[in-house]
Amino acid sequence: MTVTASPTTASSTRAGDRRPPALGGFSTAVLGIEIRRVLRNRRTLVFILIMPAVFFLLFGLPQRGQHLDNGLPVTGWIMISLAVYAAMVATTSAGAAVATERALGWSRQLRLTPLRPAAYVATKVATAMVLGLLGVLVEFAVGAASGVRLPAHVWIESGLTAWLGSLVFAALGLFVGYLAPAENVVQFMGPVLAILAMFGGLFFPLDMLPDVMQQIAKFTPVYGVGQLARSPLTGSGMDWVAVGNVAAWTALFGLAAARLFRRDTTRV
Amino acid sequence: MSWAEGDARSGEADAPHRNIVVMTDTAPAVELAGLTKTFGPVTAVDGLSLRIEPGEVVAFLGPNGAGKTTTVDMLLGLARPDAGTVRLFGGTPAEAVRLGRVAAVMQTGGLLKDLTVAETVRMTAHFYGQTRPAAEVLERAGIADIADRPVGKCSGGQQQRLRFALALLPDPDLMVLDEPTTGMDVEGRRDFWQAIRADARSGRTVLFATHYLDEADAYADRIVLVRQGRVVADGTTAEIKNLAAGRVVRATLPGADQAALAALPGVQSVEVRGDAVLVHTENSDVVARHLLTRTDARDLEITSRNLEDAFLALTTAA
Repeated sequence: MTVTASPTTASSTRAGDRRPPALGGFSTAVLGIEIRRVLRNRRTLVFILIMPAVFFLLFGLPQRGQHLDNGLPVTGWIMISLAVYAAMVATTSAGAAVATERALGWSRQLRLTPLRPAAYVATKVATAMVLGLLGVLVEFAVGAASGVRLPAHVWIESGLTAWLGSLVFAALGLFVGYLAPAENVVQFMGPVLAILAMFGGLFFPLDMLPDVMQQIAKFTPVYGVGQLARSPLTGSGMDWVAVGNVAAWTALFGLAAARLFRRDTTRV
Repeated sequence: MSWAEGDARSGEADAPHRNIVVMTDTAPAVELAGLTKTFGPVTAVDGLSLRIEPGEVVAFLGPNGAGKTTTVDMLLGLARPDAGTVRLFGGTPAEAVRLGRVAAVMQTGGLLKDLTVAETVRMTAHFYGQTRPAAEVLERAGIADIADRPVGKCSGGQQQRLRFALALLPDPDLMVLDEPTTGMDVEGRRDFWQAIRADARSGRTVLFATHYLDEADAYADRIVLVRQGRVVADGTTAEIKNLAAGRVVRATLPGADQAALAALPGVQSVEVRGDAVLVHTENSDVVARHLLTRTDARDLEITSRNLEDAFLALTTAA
């Protein structure tokens, strides 16, 4: 759109000239503003970009020189796990931002514009995924700078899995966002995500837990993404339990978010 | 003149310019028919009908709780009527919103604190098929100088002018303002209305809900008075003001002929209290002349009805 154009003589806009927006109002320009918005928020930056990187320096670096059974470095295992963690925190908080916007009444304001609700959600998911990608890239950059060396296919496959798998958490974020119209829902989600990440085996290998806990952990939402993201590194092959876990949680969070979303946009 | 609902129709007949618009084949900007909305035991809007022709500037005037906001919500498609229909330019509210034919400035909320003023405008512009330039609406809303300020740091009045700027974006044919100056100080209200006045696009229909009589008086050319979810009076600003601003002629006149007094031109009501007679009238001269020349009235007094008091009486008394 034009920002610099000088005001023209206002003339009556004929009804016939009017048209609804393309793609229901979804645009990459809005996506750009949304991403700038998130990156301007220092607290978000700390949680999604700096904290996971610091975790690697604190917990990953002391393991330098240790190797997995297949000879690849343990630091690679930790780096990929923390990349999943970074991506999930980023996508959850971006999704949960709808809670703030509902609390502020922005969602209501949007209903007075031609923006389609589906386009609004698509923008939120896209914003979440861009931030998730950023989280993975920062974690990998810190890892590489700290001396993690892995085969190229592991970087790519693990990175993509960590990133795309975080779609589960974009859905979780949206679900939470439509559940509670509160401005502080993102802070509340921090500890919850940390616990889920622990049960998902992102902070330490699950075989350090008692057997019962290990079995329970397999049903928690982070487990699947963690296992799948690390499988290119560990060479464990296709883990169907992990695939089922990701599919089930994505469906559950996605449907729950969609249901609440419909409730939110229904006229009363 | 009585204040029954039927006046809505006679009011229209009194204003020939509106009838001329009807002659064209343009659909009315707003057509509400039998609009009803209840919340539990409370009937917020009670069979409200209203027709606004393109180009009219209409004040929707009434006290708090008269059903103004509920009506506006239904008009914009934010709420579903229990009964009745809403047509904007012959279509549904959703169609009008989608084409940018209607835009609204709502009472509260609706802004992201962490965006700047200009970012809010640019972002919102992308939600429409086509808009006026961002710089232009900022200028017209009088906030071009604070374009780079975060919304969270703007005063209530500045935020309201930002909402106005957003509403200007699609160059709407119908602009709806729901109590746009609530909570503003005197200066904020003046600045806001200056911005609205400066938006002098001819042909734009404006409907604003307010409980400030002076705002309706200063800006509208038609006032629709609502009470308990119904239209109780509808007419040009002058007509409404005249009705509300009538005078009371009081005189001592034992055995006054009430029927003769009521038949005088402009008399609204005649009341007898003991030996005194009170005549509410639009034309106090006629009443005074009659009383002093044709009757034995003495101790004659003429008092103005306070405008605000009169409105209060019209909009609250059953």
